[in-house]
Amino acid sequence: MRPALSIVFFTTLSGAGYGLWVLIAIAVAIGAAPADRLTIVAALLTGLALTSIGLLASVAHLGKPLRAWRALGQWRSSWLSREAVLALACVPLCLLLAWRVESVHSGLRIRIGFAVFALLAAATVVCTARIYASLRTVRAWRDWRATPLYGLYALQTGGLWLWLLVAIAAPRTAEGAIGAAAGSSAWLAALAAGIVLTSALQRAYWRRPDDARPDTAAATGLGPPGSVAAMEAPHTEENYLLREMGFALARRHAERLRAIASRTLFALPLLAIGMGLLLPAWALPAAIAGTASAMVGVFVQRWLFFAEARHVVQAYYR
Amino acid sequence: MPPCDRMAEPPRRRFRYHAGAVRMRTTDQPRMPHAKLDLHQPTGDTVTTTTCYMCACRCGIRVHLKDGKVRYIDGNPSHPVNRGVICAKGSAGIKQHYSPARLSKPLLRVGERGAGEFREIEWDEALALATEWLGDVRRRNPDELAFFTGRDQSQALTGWWAQQFGTVNYAAHGGFCSVNMAAAGLYTVGGSFWEFGEPDWDLTRYLMLWGVAEDHDSNPIKLGLGKLKARGAKIVAINPVRTGYGAIADEWIPIQPGTDGLLAGALIHELLRTDRIDLDYLVRYTNAHHLVIRAPGAADDGLLARDAQGRAICAVREDAELRLAPADLPGIAPLVVGEYMLEDGRIGVPAFQLLTERYLSDDYAPDRVAARCGVEAATIRRLARELAEAAFDQAIELDQPWTDAYGRTHATMTGRPVAMHAMRGISAHANGFHTCRALHVLQMLLGAIDTPGSFRYQPPFPKPVPPPNRPGRDRKDNGALDAGPLGFVHGPQDLLVDAAGAPRRIDKAFSWEHPFAAHGMLQSVIRNAWAGDPYRIDTLLLFMANMGWNSAMNVGQTRAMLTDRDPATGRYRIPHVIYVDAYASETVELADLVLPDTTYLERHDCISLLDRPISDADAAADAIRRPVIAPDRDVRPFQDVLLDLGARLGLPGMTREDGTPRYPGGFAQYMVEHERAPGIGLLAGWRGVDGELHGVGAPNPGQLERYAEHGCYWHHAVPPSARYYKMANRDYLQWARGLGFLGSEAPITLELYSERLQRFRLAARGHGAVQPPDGERARVERYFDPLPFWYGADGEAVEADAEAYPLSAITQRPMFMYHAWGSQNAWLRQIAARNVLYLNARTATEHGVADGDWIWLASPLARIRVQARFHGGTAPGTLWTWNAIGKRRGAWRLDGDAPESREGFLLNHLIDELAPAREDGRRLANADPVTGQAAWFDLRVRIERDPAPREPGHRVEAIAPLRRPS
Amino acid sequence: MTALPPKGRVKLGLVIDLDTCVGCHACAVACKEWNDGGQFGPLEDHDAYGAEPDGVWFNRVHSYQVAAQAVPPLVRTVEAAAAAVTAAPSSGGCGAQADTGMTVHFPRSCLHCETPACVTVCPTGASYKRAEDGIVLVDEERCIGCQLCAWACPYGAREFSEHHGTMQKCTLCVDRIYNERLAPEDRQPACVKACPTRARHFGDLGDPDSAVSQLVAEREGYAPMPELGYEPVNRYLPPRPRRAAPPESAPAASADDRYDPAALPPLLRWLDRALSR
Ligand SMILES: Nc1nc2c(c(=O)[nH]1)N[C@H]1C(S)=C(S)[C@@H](COP(=O)(O)OP(=O)(O)OC[C@H]3O[C@@H](n4cnc5c(=O)[nH]c(N)nc54)[C@H](O)[C@@H]3O)O[C@H]1N2
Ligand SMILES: Nc1nc2c(c(=O)[nH]1)N[C@H]1C(S)=C(S)[C@@H](COP(=O)(O)OP(=O)(O)OC[C@H]3O[C@@H](n4cnc5c(=O)[nH]c(N)nc54)[C@H](O)[C@@H]3O)O[C@H]1N2
Ligand code: SF4
Ligand code: SF4
Ligand code: SF4
Ligand code: SF4
Ligand code: SF4
Ligand SMILES: [Mo]
Repeated sequence: MRPALSIVFFTTLSGAGYGLWVLIAIAVAIGAAPADRLTIVAALLTGLALTSIGLLASVAHLGKPLRAWRALGQWRSSWLSREAVLALACVPLCLLLAWRVESVHSGLRIRIGFAVFALLAAATVVCTARIYASLRTVRAWRDWRATPLYGLYALQTGGLWLWLLVAIAAPRTAEGAIGAAAGSSAWLAALAAGIVLTSALQRAYWRRPDDARPDTAAATGLGPPGSVAAMEAPHTEENYLLREMGFALARRHAERLRAIASRTLFALPLLAIGMGLLLPAWALPAAIAGTASAMVGVFVQRWLFFAEARHVVQAYYR
Repeated sequence: MPPCDRMAEPPRRRFRYHAGAVRMRTTDQPRMPHAKLDLHQPTGDTVTTTTCYMCACRCGIRVHLKDGKVRYIDGNPSHPVNRGVICAKGSAGIKQHYSPARLSKPLLRVGERGAGEFREIEWDEALALATEWLGDVRRRNPDELAFFTGRDQSQALTGWWAQQFGTVNYAAHGGFCSVNMAAAGLYTVGGSFWEFGEPDWDLTRYLMLWGVAEDHDSNPIKLGLGKLKARGAKIVAINPVRTGYGAIADEWIPIQPGTDGLLAGALIHELLRTDRIDLDYLVRYTNAHHLVIRAPGAADDGLLARDAQGRAICAVREDAELRLAPADLPGIAPLVVGEYMLEDGRIGVPAFQLLTERYLSDDYAPDRVAARCGVEAATIRRLARELAEAAFDQAIELDQPWTDAYGRTHATMTGRPVAMHAMRGISAHANGFHTCRALHVLQMLLGAIDTPGSFRYQPPFPKPVPPPNRPGRDRKDNGALDAGPLGFVHGPQDLLVDAAGAPRRIDKAFSWEHPFAAHGMLQSVIRNAWAGDPYRIDTLLLFMANMGWNSAMNVGQTRAMLTDRDPATGRYRIPHVIYVDAYASETVELADLVLPDTTYLERHDCISLLDRPISDADAAADAIRRPVIAPDRDVRPFQDVLLDLGARLGLPGMTREDGTPRYPGGFAQYMVEHERAPGIGLLAGWRGVDGELHGVGAPNPGQLERYAEHGCYWHHAVPPSARYYKMANRDYLQWARGLGFLGSEAPITLELYSERLQRFRLAARGHGAVQPPDGERARVERYFDPLPFWYGADGEAVEADAEAYPLSAITQRPMFMYHAWGSQNAWLRQIAARNVLYLNARTATEHGVADGDWIWLASPLARIRVQARFHGGTAPGTLWTWNAIGKRRGAWRLDGDAPESREGFLLNHLIDELAPAREDGRRLANADPVTGQAAWFDLRVRIERDPAPREPGHRVEAIAPLRRPS
Repeated sequence: MTALPPKGRVKLGLVIDLDTCVGCHACAVACKEWNDGGQFGPLEDHDAYGAEPDGVWFNRVHSYQVAAQAVPPLVRTVEAAAAAVTAAPSSGGCGAQADTGMTVHFPRSCLHCETPACVTVCPTGASYKRAEDGIVLVDEERCIGCQLCAWACPYGAREFSEHHGTMQKCTLCVDRIYNERLAPEDRQPACVKACPTRARHFGDLGDPDSAVSQLVAEREGYAPMPELGYEPVNRYLPPRPRRAAPPESAPAASADDRYDPAALPPLLRWLDRALSR
């Protein structure tokens, strides 16, 4: 599949945003969030910025951006529509919560609001994942790991963003619960564990056997597997199908990119976290490096997610 | 512009839709989400019928206009040629009509030839200039005009015009197209494959396709194949390549190019060996029983023995008595083998015996030919058996009484349901004439010519063998030739040679080099005119022939010849080139004066029975094309321009006595008013003052309106009793004579044995008044064999060293492109904008070529860099590509980096128009020695590897540059 | 509606006979032409006279080589080719060239599936399946050009128009088949009407008695990739096995044996043949 930059941007940025939202919302809901209203609001608004940029990027991908609102219509059947509905629902709730939240010791109503918000944000990510994972035309995406990976990446990048925000806020919140929660070793260790889990899942996804089925014989129904080969395509030059669905990535390239993704997504952030744990004074630069690296990494990962996926329609052209 | 059939499109709700083929109700549509969906939108504002000209098949079309633009073109369901279907090219006509490559104004060259620098001029200036050049030529020597036309369909006018001008140097493109097919057929059975005959699509049970990719009858063949498929009839494709029609054939015979004559010979061998032949058919309809004089050395050796009245004779046995009888007597029992004493005491042998002697020889035994043909002997034997089974064991008896030419009635019509069709895979070889004759002989042996289920003639064929019209030779007082410049040579006396036996025509057609060149030799004109061999000309008038590119053999040298100046005078060696095209083809830039034609939707054309008719086996038919839309450019229909030029030149037939133009109304007026012979004009339909006559009748001023009312075609059914055995069917012969197709009702005898060919052989042996020059005697002797035979590259045509150039390279027509025309078409070029070279994996391996590699193909002339692709459906040793996709950079108003020129290619750069030098040092045309047919498919090449095989890019490198004649 | 309608009784579709299709592209161009000038058009052409000619088509015709036994899809190296060549056993056929395979042309357009994800993934309802006849259409007024439906279609039947910003696809010529402005014989899809070999058939595949259904039953028509569960309505009629052997029964007692040239000089047997002219 052609890795359209707009979609790569959209899924990675909004993924980070929703992950950040989910984490901060859970923190507030269970009362583990910082007393510092500012940090909470900053997290909510950073999430809003990330998801909004993502959404704008996805709108830019549309052939008819001005009609984007129509995408809200078919939530009963379309994951894309559901995603749009949920994404939009998150926005007012986010603003409302940002306005009403006082501190980590907010009232029950606010905490319930945050719980609902966490659910909404998580559901949005799941919807995004389901858009791709539900396509029967792309075998790679039918892999069971595709949806969890989406969620894990959202949480991982969101978590790193949260660490970054907390690290920025740290000097101001001396006594803050943030130190107790987000800044705490436990929290960072959990994040690290998440990263390790994601990495394992991702490696498994990459290593799964990627057979070429259905082959041309199956796509045309003309013979036993392997007996059919294209003689002439319907067109000698490239067309939409080949551009969009015929994207082929050289194995050599793929391997190099996977290595880059692994390092930037897993190795570097783990290092940064380790540094943050060992040298709290270096927490801010470590958080900056870890987050930036992971964002680059998730971007490469997502690019590969599309670029490496083969659409069945390619079989007609082989 | 004639009125359109405005009401042809039914107004809304004139037809009420009811459950039919598709059962559905249109009323209960639930909530329509698709608010703007209008299920009843009319196709356009008006619809006009006319005739397609995206290729030479000439289907009936309906052109729908909307807001004054062409909105849709579809097949006319009532049209006999295509019955409503339309091919890819036909549907893409819109894009051709609106092509940006259309020329828009007459052009006069201002720069060097070939530089493409022109000044737009007015028509008056253009016509005055042409009149000046041509006027000078006509006063000096009309033969200094060479008027050659390409894929046009207006030879009834252009040939006549050349005749009135008085030049012998006229031809259409048939010489490089398929004259082998036409000549072999017309000199053998009075009809031919090509578009003059067809398999009996409704009844045949076994169809053999010999070297057919697309043919001119594009849609009729496809409709026919569809019928065969629906019936489950067997189709066998004999072709080095399995694509298109071959793809749906039941059996593919991957023959080695140029060896079909051997395969046909082996099939004949088998049929004779197993005695599976129709002897009754042979003695009834062919000259199998005619006695051939066996008198070596005599002036009439090998001619048919004749009685005092000049009738061929045969031996018959009556009451155990042997005697001689006129061979055409009905009711006799002729003998087909033996030696018989003639009246004069000499020996006569039945033609059939000579045939069997040739074909029963080991030379044609399946085991002998198998390796050369690339077809296993067992397969050959099986094919022969299958042919015989289809012809004899599955014979058909049609419940249709008929009367033969002798007045005997027959209750039924016996059919041999095995049919053949052949085209350029046979004819585009230097042995094509004899190979094609062998195919006709094969059909005769099976009794399978014009019987139910077999090959069938399309009226006006059959004609006498050969047709009576001979090529014009002498100029009358008014300067016109005594006959049309093309025709059929009946004997050496008809050749266009001077006293010394040298060619009189610029292309050397009808000379001792190519005596039966019935369509001329367009491929030789430029070379000969440039070399001054046999003489220099002044003006080359080319119409609709892309001789600067895909239609030329040896493209590089051809372009050089057109732009070459005589060092002595500084003038171009071909002083004037006038070119008529509708589009910015590669040839435009090589002309001095360019006359822009209209598109096919902007003019009148005539698809005449005098030209290449659109008849089918069951009906005679002709058609017109009419303007559907007015030109938006300053262009004129070339037919109008020719008549205008003729009037300006004062040519006979084009001016009245007072000097005013005879046809001020242009070609439309000519179509209606011109009479070739009394009562016979270009159109056969609705003749006579009130339009009640068909075939022959006075001109009808309302004729075009009648055509317009009838979908622009005339379709005149052959009576049921006259549909088969046309060569000897009284009802048919009478019907055809009544329509002016035949001069008499005499039956037409098919020529198993060709006395006509023997006459040339005798001349070569020193008999008769007109004899070949000494240097040509042996060649004429060899190739004018009265019986078909096979010769390979040991002939003189292409004798390139087999080791140096071990591979055959051929082309095929893509079904969706028409020669050069298609690539300017926005839709068609989306299907193919480049071509590759296909070859078998085995061949590739032998030459170290991997799939997708860029390689060099080299002939002695040039080498081209092309991309190779593996194809299992290609015979080993053969390379092929699609024809005419490659374009010259910048032509056809395509961008400079268009794939057609960047990666697409032509084989034409490699094909020499001259055969290798003979022993005497002369180089004759690379053509069939009998007919002059260009031997495109005799090309031999070798593969040279490129150091960077993965780097794309087509290139041409000349190996042999043009050398001026000394 | 993006939700699929309940399965209807009428299932309009095409039946394409791969045994007869010669790959001429007539159907593809006729389709382009009809729709380009019609209400679903124009069908964009991009760089029409330039380096990358391309455009939107609703119907495209492929050519395939079908081998008798499995071969690697494209032999990319000389060594692999050599292996393939030497490995192929020459069974019957024509000596050196034993290629028992086929060349098959394969037109590809929307199969008007019964349960197509191209409809259910659509976020706007622009992609929908008609309840009354099963035709799958795109309402271009609603389409936002997200292209998800094209991703969801396994058959490559949808093409996105940059120019319109919307998705386009085969309409089964819904604007012809019911069109009261057309003569009844013209109320068939443009591609079906054009096809010169008449390899394309149109009709109601929901009606077991329809001509198309019977053709499908008789010739064992199939839909490709049924495992994906889209339940295409269109059917392909498979190419019949090639027949190198005689069409019917074996030859009538080998005619070869009838005559023995060693015993009798070849011509003599015709000497006494009583022929009649
Ligand atoms: N679509 C389309 N239709 C056309 C044309 C076009 O350009 N496009 N051109 C028109 C014109 S001008 C013509 S003359 C006709 C030509 O009609 P065809 O004769 O059908 O045209 P070619 O493509 O030259 O086909 C030659 C076939 O012979 C095969 N062949 C080559 N050598 C041999 C051989 O030695 N033996 C055998 N058995 N087969 C061989 C080739 O593989 C090819 O399949 O088509 C006409 N129709
Ligand atoms: N390698 C190879 N070369 C071949 C062949 C082959 O099989 N292989 N086949 C040969 C054969 S059989 C043929 S017939 C020739 C075909 O060769 P040509 O007869 O030359 O055919 P085209 O090149 O298609 O067209 C000639 C010109 O007609 C112009 N034209 C189109 N429509 C009109 C019109 O309405 N009016 C006018 N005035 N001009 C128009 C086109 O622009 C083009 O420049 O090619 C030959 N060349
Ligand atoms: S076969 Fe030729 S004449 Fe007929 S529709 Fe096609 S292009 Fe036109
Ligand atoms: S073929 Fe593709 S576009 Fe057509 S209905 Fe099926 S899934 Fe949808
Ligand atoms: S591209 Fe249009 S039709 Fe397709 S899914 Fe998106 S909105 Fe629906
Ligand atoms: S049914 Fe109509 S829209 Fe569909 S492929 Fe055929 S012509 Fe095109
Ligand atoms: S028009 Fe008919 S024969 Fe031609 S490609 Fe289409 S389906 Fe095949
Ligand atoms: Mo031709």
